Amino acid sequence: MRYTKHRRLVSSALAVTLGATTLAACGSSSDDDGGARSGPVSLTYWTWAPGMDKVVDLWNEGPGKKEQIKVTVKKQASGDTLVTKILTAHKAGKAPDLVQAEYQALPTLVSNDALADISKDVGDAKSKFADGVWQQTTLGTDAVYAVPQDIGPMMFYYREDLFEEYGLTVPTTWDEFADTARKLKKKSPKTDLTTFSANDSGLFAGLAQQAGAQWWTTSGDQWKVGISDDATKKVAEFWGGLVKEGAIDNQPMYTPAWNKALNTGKQIAWVSAVWAPGTLNTAAPDTKGKWAMAPLPQWTEQENRTGSWGGSSTGVTTDSGNKEAAAEFAAWLNTDGDALNALAKESGIYPASTSAQLSGAFTTPPEYFSNQPDFYQKAAEIAQTTAPSAWGPNVNVAYTTFKDAFGAAAKNRSDFVTAVDTMQQDTVADLKKQGFEVAP
Amino acid sequence: MSSVTLNKAEPVAGTAPGTGRGPARPRRIALVPTLTLLLGALYCLLPVAWVVIASTKSGSELFSTFTFWPGTGFTENLSDLNAYRDGVYWKWMGNSALYAGLGALLSTCVSAVSGYALAVYRFRGRETLFNVLLTGVLMPPVILAVPQYLLLAQADLTDSYLSVLLPQILSPYGVYLARIYAAASVPSDVVEAGRMDGAGEWRIFTRVALPMMMPGLVTVFLFQFVAIWNNFLLPYIMLSDDEKFPITLGLHTLLEQGANTPALYTLVVTGAFLAVFPLVALFLVVQRFWSLDLLSGAVKS
Repeated sequence: MRYTKHRRLVSSALAVTLGATTLAACGSSSDDDGGARSGPVSLTYWTWAPGMDKVVDLWNEGPGKKEQIKVTVKKQASGDTLVTKILTAHKAGKAPDLVQAEYQALPTLVSNDALADISKDVGDAKSKFADGVWQQTTLGTDAVYAVPQDIGPMMFYYREDLFEEYGLTVPTTWDEFADTARKLKKKSPKTDLTTFSANDSGLFAGLAQQAGAQWWTTSGDQWKVGISDDATKKVAEFWGGLVKEGAIDNQPMYTPAWNKALNTGKQIAWVSAVWAPGTLNTAAPDTKGKWAMAPLPQWTEQENRTGSWGGSSTGVTTDSGNKEAAAEFAAWLNTDGDALNALAKESGIYPASTSAQLSGAFTTPPEYFSNQPDFYQKAAEIAQTTAPSAWGPNVNVAYTTFKDAFGAAAKNRSDFVTAVDTMQQDTVADLKKQGFEVAP
Repeated sequence: MSSVTLNKAEPVAGTAPGTGRGPARPRRIALVPTLTLLLGALYCLLPVAWVVIASTKSGSELFSTFTFWPGTGFTENLSDLNAYRDGVYWKWMGNSALYAGLGALLSTCVSAVSGYALAVYRFRGRETLFNVLLTGVLMPPVILAVPQYLLLAQADLTDSYLSVLLPQILSPYGVYLARIYAAASVPSDVVEAGRMDGAGEWRIFTRVALPMMMPGLVTVFLFQFVAIWNNFLLPYIMLSDDEKFPITLGLHTLLEQGANTPALYTLVVTGAFLAVFPLVALFLVVQRFWSLDLLSGAVKS
């Protein structure tokens, strides 16, 4: 039992690495039921996006009706548990036809053979997306495992009025950011520029990505884990140093206390992503119209890069009996103008499709940022600068270790670099345990 | 339940909890136990109080005003919850009631029959069977959820009401409790007397034993009802259609809507608050069955 599992994982690991060739061999048996269809087709779609049923209705009453492809939305809760649920269903051969999956979950799903290669069925979808975004759905192979839906390019949010009041300027480099934090502490000891939260692995991953980290890469048939590389350590040292000297807060985000700090001006900036307006609207309703958005500070003045925090894609499962139809829907949902407009309106997503980033709902700023009319133009420019990401098959393990190790480090104001090493060790150990080959 | 022991064939007055306390003796208040109990009560009730108060707060008040100070948004929260996806919350409430009500009822029936059989009949392998059941009691249902899913997937029953009901009908703890209760409350003399009078085994069970076991079965029913009402993992794995979700799962989807959508805290809090009522009502209604003393006078000792 154990041996076969080991073998299966090794071969699927190879599948990820070698891409199309191996997968074609693996998938050939299941291709028969996914081929040509006749008659009406009914597809199920697991998604967590609010209002998705209304977007799908557009399909069912429009192009879907013509082609007799009906999609049914089954609303799910987002998060790592959904990946587990998909894999459990896949084990029983009962996964839905379509799933929403975060980019960092794709390698996990692909290495478990849960997602099908839809490169033949998505047409020219590739041209609608930035290369860095598209690359996340191919995992660097010739295959296509999903169509990008939304992205979360990272940005710097700050209280425009309070920056003025305290005589601060918007930092363009991380050095300036640190100085700004210190300056603020001197002027108003009770106020913090921001907090470093050990609860949100996605934030740290995005910051490391901006610094040039490549956490998972492949060489030959081996995985290489680069969590403890110089870029990541630089980021960890930077934030750890600020926490240690007390220049910024170390409380977790998304807590009542954090909401209060934002709402009362105890914290006056937030390193976040394009979806921040929605969060700020609930967290700090009293400060509406007082915030502004700027690009993320850079590591050197010549650089212009950002990381991503969040974002998801639409994938077709290997269990689907109508892969071709499912892929067609996935492409429509994420590239069609009407669909993207509806997605923005009903689900509040920021589209991955570059043409949609400046049309429809994105011609006017979010209500919370009505003071910044060019919010979405700026956002689209920043999105262009997203650094490539590199996800592996056990992001969840790395993320869990992050929460434990960084949580302890942030609380004790101790060394963040050791926490990075812990992440590296645990991630490598888990990969090996799962049966993947890991480069030393 | 400490007053119940396996070997007692004779009924003991006051086997049901909360009845048959001895005559009240005047004694001074024991300070330490009272304080401990008060602390315990506070520990249990504080979160409930939080839910009650938080459900009255509007979205902007929830995190910014003093925790235990009521807000002004209760009616708004209620109508928001009512309006959310055309009132799917009430559908969840109905599903929870169905899963918990029907599931607990069926589970109690199975427990009653098996518990009675294990207590009254002597047959080969009885103790082995009972011991296997005991290990079932120690096995957390959580670890069985995935195997149960794979099993039901074979039968093509996943994502159906049955998929949540079926696995919860057999409750090892319920059978265990029913056996112990039957052994303590159904005297063998009564069963014998029934046989002498020519009653069939089924008649003896339904007409004689069942009423005697009633307080115990009410306990089994309540335990199972609460367990199913609160269950999360089994329906989470089994169901994908959110029209079939119970409340636990439905509220979870309101919290986890993806990184770009803020969690609907006010709806979740209000939903959790409303979900407490059926349980409280059930306990108040069913409680009185506990005090029924059917045993008095059945056997003269």
